[in-house]
Amino acid sequence: MIAAGSAETARAFIEIGGVVLVLAFLGRMAGRLGISAVPFYLVAGLAVGDGGVVTLDLTEDFIAMAAEIGVLLLLLALGLEYDQDELRDGLRTGVRPGVFDMTANALPGVVCGILLGWSLLAAVLLGGVTWVSSSGIVSKVLSDLDRLGFRETPSVLNILVIEDLAMAVYLPVVAALVVGGTVADTSLAVAIALTAVVVILIGALRFGGHLTAMLAGGSNENLLLTVFGLTLLVAGLAQSIEVSGAIGAFLVGLALTGDVGARSMELITPLRDLFAATFFLFFAFRIDPSDLVPALVPALALAVVSVLTKMATGWYAAGLAGVGARGRVRAGTALVARGEFSIVIAALGSTLVNGPDLEALAATYVLILAVAGPLAARFADKIPLPAALVQRAALAHREASAARTLA
Amino acid sequence: MVGMATVRETKLPGVGVRYEFTTSDGTVVGVLEHHDGRADVLVYDSDDPDRCASMLHLDEDDMRTLGTLLGASQLTESIGAVQQQIEGLWFEWVELTAESPAAGATIADGQYRTRTGVSIVAVIRGSATFPAPEPLFEFSAGDTVVAVGTREGLAALRGLLRP
Repeated sequence: MIAAGSAETARAFIEIGGVVLVLAFLGRMAGRLGISAVPFYLVAGLAVGDGGVVTLDLTEDFIAMAAEIGVLLLLLALGLEYDQDELRDGLRTGVRPGVFDMTANALPGVVCGILLGWSLLAAVLLGGVTWVSSSGIVSKVLSDLDRLGFRETPSVLNILVIEDLAMAVYLPVVAALVVGGTVADTSLAVAIALTAVVVILIGALRFGGHLTAMLAGGSNENLLLTVFGLTLLVAGLAQSIEVSGAIGAFLVGLALTGDVGARSMELITPLRDLFAATFFLFFAFRIDPSDLVPALVPALALAVVSVLTKMATGWYAAGLAGVGARGRVRAGTALVARGEFSIVIAALGSTLVNGPDLEALAATYVLILAVAGPLAARFADKIPLPAALVQRAALAHREASAARTLA
Repeated sequence: MVGMATVRETKLPGVGVRYEFTTSDGTVVGVLEHHDGRADVLVYDSDDPDRCASMLHLDEDDMRTLGTLLGASQLTESIGAVQQQIEGLWFEWVELTAESPAAGATIADGQYRTRTGVSIVAVIRGSATFPAPEPLFEFSAGDTVVAVGTREGLAALRGLLRP
């Protein structure tokens, strides 16, 4: 079996090896420039895909499968990132900024989709694309710029948590809607999806401790195999009842906490990086670069609006936490970057009539904002603000600290 | 004024916990404890109170060093009773003084396990360590006894060794 078909295998190895090496090279360049590698992976996918410079056809099935696993691992890592207390706190305190975030950022996408004459569902997916910030890029930017200790940072991180929780509802619902069918079928599918999410979420929050305890001990190798296997199994089961498999993976991540969660995160990160890179590549792979040209104008317009709406979100959320004008601007710019989840959402709609347009628009949009977001955050303190605003904040702070010293 | 300033605590989801207080001269100082055990010391800017004017990144060794330097006076007091909790299991280090009834007696004499339910897992004498000492091991003044057990058992053991 291994010996047979060796010519094909050899060619597949060469193709896969070449593609992965190109990704590695691009990742290194991105690291040197201090920006996310996601836009680079997308560009690479455009170059080797349909209508690109070179076309790989032999390994498409393999890459497609690896890309699917990439989505699962992205969501698994997301679930692992926060522990259950942080999610509960997020739910308690993050609702107001979360609702503001959703309204201000999803609406432009939905409106744009409708203006382009797409189906309502495709427009709702575009709303998802413009809604979620990239938690990967945002947290990397905050730590690279040494802003984790800044007082606006908890507000920024809380927005990321609430967006992640919102995705746990949004993704299965739109996934069920995409499958479509009659109104009765669809509402049944949505109901099943939501029930499954609630049941698994409650199960994860209540019995996650047992799962964690069961997996404690044992070698790293064993833990890696267990977590990887469990993720694929749960995702497969979720998929078979028409709930998005990605959500299954997310919930597995949620259920693993404490030391086991931290170890799993460490073990799964290299795998996630490999498969997620493949996912971004494959996503762009299926886009015909000539589709990007008509997408450019709406993507640019959406990007401009999105920068403003995310800045408003950060301004509002940090304001609730009593942060001053400068910090509120920093919070806004930190949230601008869109990345992995915008692509995951757009990929959900690939089978729709407007699917190709949606994917091309999302790719262009993410290319713009994954680069512009970190830049905006870097130069946030250079944005001119009315002097009165800044002075008022400093004055209030001085008065408060004077009052504390006296007390 | 003697005592501690009010310490404000903020959770940073996915990152850790930040503590901050205002020093007696009015500077706001914070410590960000990362989930992975590292910590940052933060000094906030007086013009832009949300920004850190300077930041100190510490790994676990640095944290211990800084903690020792700052806490040197408290440390000498508490060194006799280092306690550590590992998921329901408590460790205790008890140093035997010359007055201790245990000094000069064997572990079997004290019947510690029967009386407190605690196991003596090691004895440290000077730079030598005796892991898993035999029942006939004889204590001498200055030994440090390392024991494992419940919190109540360890308190009882302490009472027996240093009345």
